Amino acid sequence: MRFRTHPMMFRRLMAALLVVLPLAFVAGCSMQDYPQSSLHPHSNYAQWIQTLLEQLTFWVVIIFVVVQALLIYAAIRFRSRPGAPDPKPIHGNTALEIGWTIAPALILTLVAVPTVLTIFKSQAPPPEDALQVRVVGHQWWWEFQYPDLGITTASELHVPVGVPVNISLETADVIHSFWFPAMGGKRDVIPGRTNRLWFTPSDIGQYPGQCAELCGTSHANMRMALMVQAPEEFQAWVAAQQLPPIEPEAGTLAAQGKQYFTQGQCIVCHMIQGVSAGVIGPNLTHVGSRTTIAGGIFPNDAADLGKWIINAPARKPGAKMLSLKDMAMSPEQVPAIVAYLQSLK
Amino acid sequence: MATTTAAIHAPVQAESGLWSWITTVDHKRIGILYGTTAFVFFLIGGLEATIMRLQLMRPDNTLVSPDFYNELFTMHGTTMIFLAVMPLSASFFNFLIPLMIGARDVAFPRLNAFSYWIFLFGAIFLNLSFFFGGAPDVGWFGYSNLTSKQFSPGHGVDFWAVGLQILGIASLAAGFNFIVTIVNMRAPGMKLMRMPLFVWMTLVTSFLIILAFPVITVALVFLLFDRFTGTNFYVPAAGADPVLWQHLFWLFGHPEVYILILPAMGIISEVLPTFSRKPLFGYPVVVYSGIFIGFMGWGVWSHHMFAVGLGPLADSFFALTTMLIAIPTGVKIFNWLGTIWGGRIEFKTAMLFALGFIAMFTMGGLSGFMHASPPADLQQTDTYFVVAHIHYVLYGGAIMGIFAGIYYWFPKITGRKLGEGLGQLHFWLNFVALNVTFFPMHFVGLLGMPRRIYTYAPHMGFDWMNLLSTAGVFGIIAAVLVFMWNVSRSLRHGEVAGPDPWGGATLEWAIPSPPPAHNFGTIPTVHSLDPLWHREGPELVKTANRIGGPIHMPPGSHWPMASALGITLLLSGMVFGWWLGIPGVLITLYGIYSWAFEPCT
Ligand SMILES: [Cu+2]
Ligand SMILES: [Cu+2]
Repeated sequence: MRFRTHPMMFRRLMAALLVVLPLAFVAGCSMQDYPQSSLHPHSNYAQWIQTLLEQLTFWVVIIFVVVQALLIYAAIRFRSRPGAPDPKPIHGNTALEIGWTIAPALILTLVAVPTVLTIFKSQAPPPEDALQVRVVGHQWWWEFQYPDLGITTASELHVPVGVPVNISLETADVIHSFWFPAMGGKRDVIPGRTNRLWFTPSDIGQYPGQCAELCGTSHANMRMALMVQAPEEFQAWVAAQQLPPIEPEAGTLAAQGKQYFTQGQCIVCHMIQGVSAGVIGPNLTHVGSRTTIAGGIFPNDAADLGKWIINAPARKPGAKMLSLKDMAMSPEQVPAIVAYLQSLK
Repeated sequence: MATTTAAIHAPVQAESGLWSWITTVDHKRIGILYGTTAFVFFLIGGLEATIMRLQLMRPDNTLVSPDFYNELFTMHGTTMIFLAVMPLSASFFNFLIPLMIGARDVAFPRLNAFSYWIFLFGAIFLNLSFFFGGAPDVGWFGYSNLTSKQFSPGHGVDFWAVGLQILGIASLAAGFNFIVTIVNMRAPGMKLMRMPLFVWMTLVTSFLIILAFPVITVALVFLLFDRFTGTNFYVPAAGADPVLWQHLFWLFGHPEVYILILPAMGIISEVLPTFSRKPLFGYPVVVYSGIFIGFMGWGVWSHHMFAVGLGPLADSFFALTTMLIAIPTGVKIFNWLGTIWGGRIEFKTAMLFALGFIAMFTMGGLSGFMHASPPADLQQTDTYFVVAHIHYVLYGGAIMGIFAGIYYWFPKITGRKLGEGLGQLHFWLNFVALNVTFFPMHFVGLLGMPRRIYTYAPHMGFDWMNLLSTAGVFGIIAAVLVFMWNVSRSLRHGEVAGPDPWGGATLEWAIPSPPPAHNFGTIPTVHSLDPLWHREGPELVKTANRIGGPIHMPPGSHWPMASALGITLLLSGMVFGWWLGIPGVLITLYGIYSWAFEPCT
């Protein structure tokens, strides 16, 4: 009787039960346990999807419960029992059948309307003041360019919190798919096309993402991270990235490394502003400021960087970077090169 | 009229031995060949899945290399779809359609044999790729431009494209054959709306096959031209749009989903009434909704491509058409519930699998409804959520439906019942294990795990759910082993079934198990939808078993097999070289010539 006097409360309770229960353990767990979760929105776009998903889940769970309950009830209630009479040979019931045609149609309408609204809302043009980012997918790493800021980096995308980010998506080779679940849905990068995606990050933090479309051998190793920063932190990062690369002091190990770098084959693929002009691999102008290497799969420390330079394809199958041997360089050069790269903050 | 077999005119058809199977044109034997071959490939596809699950058992695992992993999921998908589920359905079409419509055989018996042989050779060809430089590794959907010579220089993609072409010939020939058979060869009195539902679903599926396979054929011809002759159908550098492949592939690919599931829906629409002792509820509506699903299947393909960025208008259109399919699908589910409602349900194994189908297919349908909504799909597509979805539809749905059919018609095929005890064990093991395997995938997908990745990092929270899925696979393996044990035991010691062990309503139960080569002594006249449940039943059974005159059966022929071999060699020449292609051309020409001029006594 209480429910009759509080129909809203009953509705809310039902909704809460139906939406929360199936997602119980994800709702109860934190983003730290599931950093790449698509159920923990941290942008306007992801939040729109989440709201829609909750409505979908509500209806889907109701239908699921109704159908399974009817199935189980019928199976128990109408099980063959000794002495039971022959069932009536009913061939159908027009009213019932019209009923269960219209019921799904109604539910469908209730879902279709918010679906279409969300489609148009999320694919509307981005706000004028959005930060422009150009993303280029490569086998198997992500390149990030800020055309208005003159910055090019890889695997880690820095953006300020609360500012819309307008992303244009391109690829250097095959189809990839750009996906930061915390920011919203994925969008393919397709040869010959420029795709678009925009969102406004709502919370400071680090969010992992990765390529979501099969793109060859190391598709699983094409990862990335989104660094959502406080505006002043982001400004500081931009200022640092805009500086020319640090010139190592003469006589240091890093200076030696720079010499190896420029004399070896590194310059064919990698760009360090004012030092080398390669565009095949990631831009290394400020590589020392990143937390990961190799498409986001190894930490950017001396040990991992060293191993990577010695034999990249062995550490990341299919990697286009040649092994040290194939570059006709010697292992003695590695510590110096590592020191140089690490100095490029 | 004498009722001796001397009246049966069945010349030069060997009765037993290997040669009798090679030359057979008997739809029942071809059905058995289809079924056993497809089951072998079901095991191979399962083995591929098992290796993948072992690799994903824990993070950063190194059991297999990424390239081999890519080969595994490509071949798992291709195998399960083209070499397991489709030919398993074909095995039911073959064995049952002539029996259900009251015919002696299909319309084109030799073409039917040809379908089987070219399917077998195509399947072998596709799997040979493992031993000749690596299997295809671009996914069963083979998106351009990853399939281009530039990004896939090996022969894997060639094996895949040529293999699918060969298999397409088998499907097309079978599709036409069954349409002609169903349209022309029904027993007198069997109007369209008196056809058993399985026959209806076969008809719809056959139309989908003959309309869908030409699309993939054209798409694959473009790809083969690109790879072998340097054309630019899908080459972006030459100005082509690789999305063209996606449109063509999914224009085939979505109807293909119905090609996989409609036969299983047909099967359970036969099983549910028999074991509820009640006719199918709302037969016309179930028929029309099946046709409507088949028709609507052509207008939804871009729901596989929401991430491509087709624009809000296209996204909305394909979202609405996709959601619309939920209506006829829901109607079918409610009609099945209406069928068992008020019945007297006997929980034989076939019935358990049919009920399991309803439960699991509903699950898969509902998760499908969720990613019919593009914004939700953009979070879910290419993640394990979709892997869960397709396995609830195709394993919980299609495969469970096929198992229902196997338990139901095994007595008709072999004359003996499958063991009930082992059958029930098979069902429950399978039911629990499939949920342990596939249910966690919904969550691991929503929590951000993409598909088709050979490894994942330990700190992502994917670990225990993957371990659970892997554990579930061993339950599925156990269930399949129980089934195989049951079959091998029942073939020798199973309870002798008699013509009608379940009290079925349709024509196949009027004749002995296994049926004689000529099926019906006299083609009966049908007056209702469930003839054996009607007053006409007993009289009909008598007629069906009385040889009322000379029966003409077609002779066996080895030319369909020779022609199929020739065509396969011819096309294999594209991968292996002219030394195989030229003999292939000669055998094909000779085979088809001899086939055409073979005396038909
Ligand atoms: Cu990828
Ligand atoms: Cu589809």
